[in-house]
Amino acid sequence: MASSDGNKNTEPWGGFDDNIIQGTGSAVIDIENMDDTSGSSFEDMGEMHQRMKEEEEVAEEAEATEEETGEDGEFLGMKGIKGQLRRQVADEVWQAGKRQASKAFNLYANIDILRPYFDVEPMQVRNRLIESMIPIRMIHFPQKIAGELYGPMMLVFTLVAILLHGMKTSGTVIREGTLMGTAIGTCFGYWLGVSSFIYFLAYLCNAQITMVQTLSLLGYGLFGHCVVLFVTYNVHFHSLFYILWLVVGGLSTLRMVAALISRTVGQTPRLILCGTLGALHMLFLLYLHFAYHKIVEGILDTLEGPNMPPIQRVARDLPVVATAAMNAVNATVKTLGVILQSQ
Amino acid sequence: MAEVDELSKPMFAGLSDVSISGDIPVEGEINVPVGTPSHDDEYSTLDEPVKDTILRDLKAVGKKFVHVMYPKKSSTLLRDWDLWGPLLLCVTLALMLQGGSVDSKEDGGPQFAEVFVIIWFGSVIITLNSKLLGGTISFFQSLCVLGYCIMPLTVAMVVCRLVLLGGSGMVSFIVRLIVVTASFSWSTFASTAFLADSQPSNRKALVVYPVFLFYFVIGWMILTFSPSA
Repeated sequence: MASSDGNKNTEPWGGFDDNIIQGTGSAVIDIENMDDTSGSSFEDMGEMHQRMKEEEEVAEEAEATEEETGEDGEFLGMKGIKGQLRRQVADEVWQAGKRQASKAFNLYANIDILRPYFDVEPMQVRNRLIESMIPIRMIHFPQKIAGELYGPMMLVFTLVAILLHGMKTSGTVIREGTLMGTAIGTCFGYWLGVSSFIYFLAYLCNAQITMVQTLSLLGYGLFGHCVVLFVTYNVHFHSLFYILWLVVGGLSTLRMVAALISRTVGQTPRLILCGTLGALHMLFLLYLHFAYHKIVEGILDTLEGPNMPPIQRVARDLPVVATAAMNAVNATVKTLGVILQSQ
Repeated sequence: MAEVDELSKPMFAGLSDVSISGDIPVEGEINVPVGTPSHDDEYSTLDEPVKDTILRDLKAVGKKFVHVMYPKKSSTLLRDWDLWGPLLLCVTLALMLQGGSVDSKEDGGPQFAEVFVIIWFGSVIITLNSKLLGGTISFFQSLCVLGYCIMPLTVAMVVCRLVLLGGSGMVSFIVRLIVVTASFSWSTFASTAFLADSQPSNRKALVVYPVFLFYFVIGWMILTFSPSA
């Protein structure tokens, strides 16, 4: 801080010091509680120094035209002028900070970077949704993958909503965390994480695909997941889920796999890339169904026992209609569990 | 500006020791060239009594509530945007959604912070989405509209709480379902009446869908709210 080797301490508040700007280059300017860190860069210091020189020139000019000047600060008028000075200095510091902040903002928070990826029509989105379930067999020429982010993002949010519905109707209790946080974390984590992983594998396997395209491909692949989960969270038939898992999940996986194969050369890279993607995609659907579904309570009873996982399923006040069906299915699953344990 | 040499040079010196106390009197006329003139010299609202300020703001908020209840295509909501109404509604909704857990040791119901974050981040994402799709509405105008259109859902929450006081059976569930569905469609319709105008005409559906999803999630949180026994 500015030390006052105060030869001018005639004021009760400590007076100005002589030696602050002349070469000491202190970078911290503190006015009341205002921390100005923009003065920490060399350019800003130079800029401020320049401006202060200009201020001094203005002050000297004004002084030359004024008559009533006093040597000490006891003069009442001087206190008012010092107040003005303080205000002006505060203003300068504020302007400098604002300039820096708006520069940074225009550089980093410019959403126009993302604008081309959102340039779609509703018809296009609808067509892409339908096409994500239709595998194309052309694998000798690179298939066209749209680099669009609107559809995938809406699909991820829809999946979050469906997951929340499923968690709530199955009475899932999250011990550490919240329902909403878990749903958002799972869906976005899958979309972003697996896309990055596939992009990394594609880089290793020399596949011609960009990051936006993997995001888009995987995002549209979640359409199948949304459909399956929406149906099976409301209609609780185990066999129905398995059929839908194979058919719908399989179709969307085949679509993604075909698109990737068409952009990769060589048997082994193709196998690695598509095997990984297929496995992760199908397993994610399986996980989403079983992790947040009431059927698991039956399995937990027989297999888990005292080991309580962090996501704990607790039987709650389920509507009367579902209880009868639940009992029947629980009995089936318990028998299955017993059979598994006896093997 | 009357200035003394030893005071003019070290302008920043000793300012750390300065506490601007209120009893430095300024008397007489001092014509000082000020860097930036104060913005509202002609129309200063700093001098009016606090009651006037509060009443004026409350009137503005109330007027906007009326606009939401009867959504017409008017630009008043957009032109004089403010975020007081959305904040009030958000806090009310979050407070009413508290304590909705069966097991009181572990909070299975939405926490205050959760609801708050969902509403504000959801609004931000919808705004960004509509801007990226080529919308002409500004960031805060969009936040304002989305926040004010939560009002029907807040009303539905109040009604649901009252209905739940009378028991939580099948009948009350159906009543709550109807109320929440009606208010959620009202919210979506009201907000699209304001937001869709700012989009190019062929992309309205792309903007409406996230709004639909947003109010759906909030409506779902209201519908599945069950007070602790």
